[in-house]
Amino acid sequence: MIKKWSFLSLVVGLFAILAGCEPLLVLDPKGPQAETTANVIWISIATMAIVVAAVFGLMAYVVFKYRASKQSEDYEPPHIEGNPIIETIIVAIPVIIIIFLSIVTVKSTYEVEATPKGYEDQKPLIVYASSSDWKWHFSYPEENIETVNYLYIPTDRALEFRLYSYGPITSFWIPQLGGQKYAMSDMITTLHLAADVPGEYMGRNANFSGKGFAENIFHVKAMSPEEFDKWVEDVKANAEPLTEEKFDELLKPGHLGQLTFSGTHLGFLPPPEGHHHGSHETNDDEHGSEHAHAHEDVDTDHSGH
Amino acid sequence: MDYFDRFAIPHPSPAIYASMVAIGLTMIAIVIGLTYFKKWGYLWSEWLTTVDHKRIGIMYLIAALLMLFRGGVDALMMRAQTAVPDNKLLDAQHYNEVFTTHGVVMIIFMAMPFIYALMNFVVPLQIGARDVAFPRLNALSFWLFFMGAMLFNISFVIGGSPDAGWTSYFPLAGNDFSQSVGTNYYMLSIQIAGIGTLISGINFITTIFRMRAPGMKLMKMPMFTWTTLITNAIVVFAFPVLTIALLLGTMDRLFGAHIFSMTNGGMDMLWANLFWVWGHPEVYILILPAFGIYSEVISTFSRRNLYGYKSMVASIVIISFFSFLVWMHHFYTMGQGPLSNSIFSITTMAIAIPTGIKIFNWLLTMRKGKIKFTVPMLYSVGFIPIFTIGGVTGVMLGMASADYQYHNTMFLVAHFHYTIIPGVVFAMLAGLTYWWPKMFGFMLSERIGKWAFWFIAIGTNVAFFPMFFTGLDGQARRMYTYSEATGFGPLNMLSFVGAIGLAIGFALIVYNIYYSVRYASRDIGSDPWDARTLEWATQTPVQSYNFARTPQVDSIEALWDLKRNGKPVFQGEIEKIHMPNSSGMPFIMSCIFFAWGFSLIFSMWIPAIITTIAIFACMAHRSFEKDDGHYISVEEIKATEKDWEVLNDENR
Repeated sequence: MIKKWSFLSLVVGLFAILAGCEPLLVLDPKGPQAETTANVIWISIATMAIVVAAVFGLMAYVVFKYRASKQSEDYEPPHIEGNPIIETIIVAIPVIIIIFLSIVTVKSTYEVEATPKGYEDQKPLIVYASSSDWKWHFSYPEENIETVNYLYIPTDRALEFRLYSYGPITSFWIPQLGGQKYAMSDMITTLHLAADVPGEYMGRNANFSGKGFAENIFHVKAMSPEEFDKWVEDVKANAEPLTEEKFDELLKPGHLGQLTFSGTHLGFLPPPEGHHHGSHETNDDEHGSEHAHAHEDVDTDHSGH
Repeated sequence: MDYFDRFAIPHPSPAIYASMVAIGLTMIAIVIGLTYFKKWGYLWSEWLTTVDHKRIGIMYLIAALLMLFRGGVDALMMRAQTAVPDNKLLDAQHYNEVFTTHGVVMIIFMAMPFIYALMNFVVPLQIGARDVAFPRLNALSFWLFFMGAMLFNISFVIGGSPDAGWTSYFPLAGNDFSQSVGTNYYMLSIQIAGIGTLISGINFITTIFRMRAPGMKLMKMPMFTWTTLITNAIVVFAFPVLTIALLLGTMDRLFGAHIFSMTNGGMDMLWANLFWVWGHPEVYILILPAFGIYSEVISTFSRRNLYGYKSMVASIVIISFFSFLVWMHHFYTMGQGPLSNSIFSITTMAIAIPTGIKIFNWLLTMRKGKIKFTVPMLYSVGFIPIFTIGGVTGVMLGMASADYQYHNTMFLVAHFHYTIIPGVVFAMLAGLTYWWPKMFGFMLSERIGKWAFWFIAIGTNVAFFPMFFTGLDGQARRMYTYSEATGFGPLNMLSFVGAIGLAIGFALIVYNIYYSVRYASRDIGSDPWDARTLEWATQTPVQSYNFARTPQVDSIEALWDLKRNGKPVFQGEIEKIHMPNSSGMPFIMSCIFFAWGFSLIFSMWIPAIITTIAIFACMAHRSFEKDDGHYISVEEIKATEKDWEVLNDENR
């Protein structure tokens, strides 16, 4: 079977190419959430490898053994309707595999949708991450600073991202810290991440959003909490304040470099945290210092949709 | 935007001007050719007005092959653009249009007509019927599909192609972010084609329920007929959702409704939900007929009956049911929370169980068989390992927590090409090669066909396997370019090489058709593969009435029983046959639909109103028309059957 061999050599060749490269981002986690998903991925690859091996093995056996050229002229294949025992086996084994994977999935899905393990007791750093064509705006409400297209985060602290969009649906994704989540214009979604290791990571919008999508990337830097605090102080002291006019300008379609501001846009342009679609004018009274209130809304904001 | 600017191409390039010229020249050449060879009358009376399911099937086939090459060229452009980092072959806008049309053309205008081509040609023959239940509606289905496809394809020379992805998510596809008429083309051309598909769904369900040969109980239907029945049941349940979603989208686009918009209470996620409530069953609409074809082919070339017929039937019914319960796995990342994601993960993975049963049943059919590796069999055997990889990665994607990392990446792109190419394209090529002799009276060259198979099978793996890795390395899908620092370059280049392999494979198929038309033997009898089901019990080429005498069936493999056990199928006297008349109405009405769609796309209200009235006038005309069909006399049938019957008796 030329095909079999060429296929196998292709797979082996690919692994050889990849062995010489950096590890794949998703499988090189730098935080607890990404670690959970990487483990799930490895478990699923291992389980699925058994399935693939079984099907390939069975197929190779059947195809080699029962080809016409290996049989006598007068061999006439029998008429077989089926066999209850064999058919039970080919149902039962997949069922067991699926039950196993379902347990893994449900457990890990609840894990990555909650505050990262080991960080439950501390107060998370809240960052509002909003996208506009084709940029990311990061607002740190407690620190009262805002950045564009780059994100500084402290290590060893839970991070809670509140995602929304000033344009098409986008998807906030830092592969080495965890999975992605959509940012949409009429509601806020929450993503829980954390970084264990200081370093620089790639972040991007993963959901196609038009002409500037390919370059819709942001730069993530995880640093020690001390360094982070120092950076915050530094920004507060030196960065120009973010005005409403300035922010309107930032929202215009295009690409910007990395920008830093003191103050956030959350004050004059509150995020869509209410239950009403697109009713920006109704939640004038819940922005600003009312973050605790806003937080409750976030947890339930999907029930109405 | 100035009114007439809408008709201009928003992003012209030399390639587009060249295709304009090419399209113009081709159309002039066709008109001159038809006039010169005096074929206008033949074209009208034999093809444009035909209601014969076999001819409609062949027209579907031609349209599907044309669209395959349109979509294939799109694919090559995409892979060429991303083959090296920072490539300047296409700009972002062109790339966006190309991947959008690639998706729409391949799913809606290639895969769908391809399955309907084979269903149309094969199913009535396989169940011993003389035509489908509603022959004229069948013609209308085809022409609506065809006009929808043509409408979609003129978008890139008039007004610009849609550029919001084949999923066309709002608000990106809304007027705020997509100002050209591209998305209008998407909404209206798919709508027109979709109405055709919905009509086909009703037609085939009725045909299979009402027109089976005497003795063919439901559990004695060949597997391809079974899958056709279930597929069309899915069509009837899923397509109305698409119709409504497109209607709402059209309202937003043309009349400024705020159903999916960002402001005034619009809900962008509603589109995503509606789209995938149709979109996921659509995947099974494509794959189930393929499963039917593999069942026929594997059984024929293993010289064995299909193993586990009952569990095969049960699994397609279960698959069709589950296909409606998994749509949310297309957007786990929308933030609906772990509970619903967990539920949809489990339903998604559960589909692997009936699918697995089918794979094992095919392997068990080959076991103890006498396997002949003809071209259709090669595609069927090649399907199993490649589709298994697609299937297991599908299970991986179904796991919500892990999907947060796969979603929107090349991993996903790799997965669905690993399922759709072996699952649909291989099956269509297998079915095409298998039923080709029945359609055209000669066989395709096995030698060239095998070369094509190897190019396509290896090309598929080389093109798409690297994407699993680039996806896990963070390459999002639909990026028109990437920087060298990402390190995606070499693997994308490998994908491009694979795409060229695929292109060579498809070029070989075209060459094979040309070669076989010229050189293949016409003396192949009526059953060249030594097959097992009723469609091979007809003359080649098949007479317009299919069967001179209605077959009497007593098993799943009626022809095999006739050949091996001498169980008679055709008994009794030849009687006069009632057949439907040809009609130009479906073609005319579809042309009006084309004009209607075009008028709406460009907001030309007066022509839109006139064509709307004309469409209803056509329907009224049909309602009051008296047409009782015609009879073929016994003498005529005896004359056409004479030679064949003699031959038949000698052989059997």
